[in-house]
Amino acid sequence: MLRKLFASLFILLPAMASGAGGDAHLQRIDVDISNEAALQRGAKYFVNYCLGCHSAKYVRYNRLALDLGITEEQLVDNLMFTGERPFDTMEIAMPPGDAASWYGRTPPDLSLAARSRGESWIYSFLKSFYLDPQKPTGVNNLVLAGASMPHVLWELQGTQRAVFREELDAQGNPHEVFDRFEMVTPGSLSAEEYDTVLRDLVTFLSYIGEPVQLERRALGVKVIMFLLVFLLFAFLLKKEIWKDVH
Amino acid sequence: MSDDVDLSRRHFLGVATAVTGGVGAVFAAVPFLASWQPSARAQALGAPVEVDIGKLEPGAMAKFSWRGKPVWVLRRTERMLELVQKSDSLVLDPDSEQPQQPEYATNEFRSIKPDVLVVVGSCTHLGCSPIERFDIAPADLGPDWEGGFYCPCHGSKFDLAGRVYKGVPAPLNLAVPPHRYISDSVILIGLDAGVA
Amino acid sequence: MSSLGNDAGNTVTGREGGFYAWINKRFPLDKMLREHVTEYYAPKNLNWWYVFGFLSMLVLVLQILTGIFLTMSYKPAAADAFASVEYIMRDVEWGWLLRYMHSTGASLFFVVVYIHMFRGLLYGSYKNPRELLWIFGMFIYLALAAEAFFGYLLPWGQMSYWGAQVIVSLAGAIPVIGDSLVEWVRGDFFISDITLNRFFALHVIALPLILVGLVVVHILALHQVGSNNPDGVEIKEKKDASGKPLDGVAFHPYDTSKDLVAMIVFLIVFSAIVFFAPEMGGYFLEHANFEPADPLKTPEHIAPVWYFTPFYAVLRAVPSKLGGVIMMGGAMLVLFFLPWLDRSPVKSMRYRGWMSKVALGAFVVSFIALGFLGTRPATGVYTMLARVFTVIYFAYFLLMPFYTKYEKTKPVPERVSHHA
Repeated sequence: MLRKLFASLFILLPAMASGAGGDAHLQRIDVDISNEAALQRGAKYFVNYCLGCHSAKYVRYNRLALDLGITEEQLVDNLMFTGERPFDTMEIAMPPGDAASWYGRTPPDLSLAARSRGESWIYSFLKSFYLDPQKPTGVNNLVLAGASMPHVLWELQGTQRAVFREELDAQGNPHEVFDRFEMVTPGSLSAEEYDTVLRDLVTFLSYIGEPVQLERRALGVKVIMFLLVFLLFAFLLKKEIWKDVH
Repeated sequence: MSDDVDLSRRHFLGVATAVTGGVGAVFAAVPFLASWQPSARAQALGAPVEVDIGKLEPGAMAKFSWRGKPVWVLRRTERMLELVQKSDSLVLDPDSEQPQQPEYATNEFRSIKPDVLVVVGSCTHLGCSPIERFDIAPADLGPDWEGGFYCPCHGSKFDLAGRVYKGVPAPLNLAVPPHRYISDSVILIGLDAGVA
Repeated sequence: MSSLGNDAGNTVTGREGGFYAWINKRFPLDKMLREHVTEYYAPKNLNWWYVFGFLSMLVLVLQILTGIFLTMSYKPAAADAFASVEYIMRDVEWGWLLRYMHSTGASLFFVVVYIHMFRGLLYGSYKNPRELLWIFGMFIYLALAAEAFFGYLLPWGQMSYWGAQVIVSLAGAIPVIGDSLVEWVRGDFFISDITLNRFFALHVIALPLILVGLVVVHILALHQVGSNNPDGVEIKEKKDASGKPLDGVAFHPYDTSKDLVAMIVFLIVFSAIVFFAPEMGGYFLEHANFEPADPLKTPEHIAPVWYFTPFYAVLRAVPSKLGGVIMMGGAMLVLFFLPWLDRSPVKSMRYRGWMSKVALGAFVVSFIALGFLGTRPATGVYTMLARVFTVIYFAYFLLMPFYTKYEKTKPVPERVSHHA
């Protein structure tokens, strides 16, 4: 019985590491949202490639101007194409009903995508489109099987196909396992350049998930420093008062 | 154990702790109180409004909404401007001495361009919206009425420059909001040269 | 001004007459301050396990304050709730801070309360004459659990919705009345706008009032019998000539100055989380909850917030739905009976036998293990472990009448001692 218990604890360890299922194809990345240049480029990609279908309805344009280090004029010239005003939120031009009928479902709002899915997921997702003639969009996605999103960035990344290999599972039955991607038609960017584009885009998405992130951390430092000073006085006072007792 | 030293050290620490705590409490109160400031959404909804009066005929009035208030734009005819001059003696504050308008509207016709009046359509008595009465000598307003605004709630009257008549409940002229012309026919209501 | 009787001397100013005399004639201000603060004696050997009651009260105040301000901008309707939370996070000045303080406070409330309860187990603070104090505390715990449950629906995210869906439908396991009961709680045929609105009313008004009332009686009950201490010695049994316990110190300034230190340490931990890690890796603010509720799409894993996961693990360990509900309820309710399950002649773990120590250690391990297991899917090895630890959890209570009665205890000192 005890041996079984020990054995089961060992089985638990790798399970703990991978967490929930479906993480197998994720590539980890870290972003730095204090990088204004990356945010600006990411904003540009977002507005050009994503905003046509995906809204970011909790984000106000004028907030972007503040945090990206650009003037309102630059904001309007480079990031606003559909006649909104700077204090408006980032909505899409496409009516939601049309979106649902064209794509099978309304493309989700992306304001909080980085908080619910995570940066690594979005990054991996955008890298994992592959040709699949059986799908209406002509592509499938390794991270989100059956995705109804077309490969919007195909001109940049190029088109690739997925190569599978056969493996035997625990019962000895053969099944297909993803092996690698193979480029079919190269895009206008090299793999590293495309990678940078995705990083910038994910940096921007991380920022819009919570625009106040940097301010929050900066304030935290000050608050904790103040509390440490307060603690010093309170602790000395307590020691002083308790001298009577000990 | 010297009591004097102890007491003064104790006192000092007590004061230091209390003062730090007090400062902390004040800082902690700031977010709560500041959260009552108009939010970004309120500021967006209360943002200046652009209105195009290119098609506004002389004698006609258009109504817009700014910050939840009605704003009227009246294109006055020559006759209406004459009537404004005539009612100088009938109004309470003919020279707009009370601060109900920006300095660029502190003039004879209370406007930037003489023929275009921009006023907040809210009676300065208790806030009802007056009715435009550009008819001459109607039965209910008497033979001396030569056009203006009449408030149905308590009977206040305003002339064609929004100035309040003497002897009515309202105490002040209709307010002129900050505004400026972005072009000949487009007015930005809510913002003038520098101030919102 | 001595016609006022024996309350003319003033505790606050030490002066007679004036403003305080006017108040004291009409309100027992002085009497209350003396009885509960300046002449209320607490044992002088209290260690840092004893600050967690005060910290619980601090968090309650924090939650009420931040909660009030959040309610000013939050919209309790299914169509608007999620967006109103983002409005608070982005558009309301300092709204993000109010929100994070409230979400962090909710989790830290349970951290602090669990440690507070553990202290009770450690030193036998539930034993005679403190049984009622313990029972009030247990009611506070239940009210707190309800408050947290109702509050969690309010952001109307995927986890809010589906967590509520699962837990409310548990009542359906009750025979005969189950389904009607579930419909009655929901006010609708599914978790809807109606459910959200009523949970809002319960979270914002009903339960806070109940909680505050329970805290008041909890403290009154405490002051009636006086605090226990790490030695389990009753300090009221040895008093000096003026009636002051020999081993007691006045609550103010001794425990007030100590509680102040504890408060600041707590605020440092609290601030570190609020400003640097408000999501706490998805345990304080769950990732799935950043997606708006979708009644047609169930998330891959539905888990309650971390502070409920031990009980969730017990629920799922039992193969039958009704059995699981009964065991889960039992896991919470068995705590009420602690004063009567414990037959030990001594209060504090310091003087108990090795069996009590092992049992308490096993209980803590199983509580934490069950908590972890509650976050995992209910399959295979996890389910087996959950069953093992559920047995250990209940064994702590159900075997207690035996191991506490028959174990060999150490002699309890007459006066309190100080040892680490």
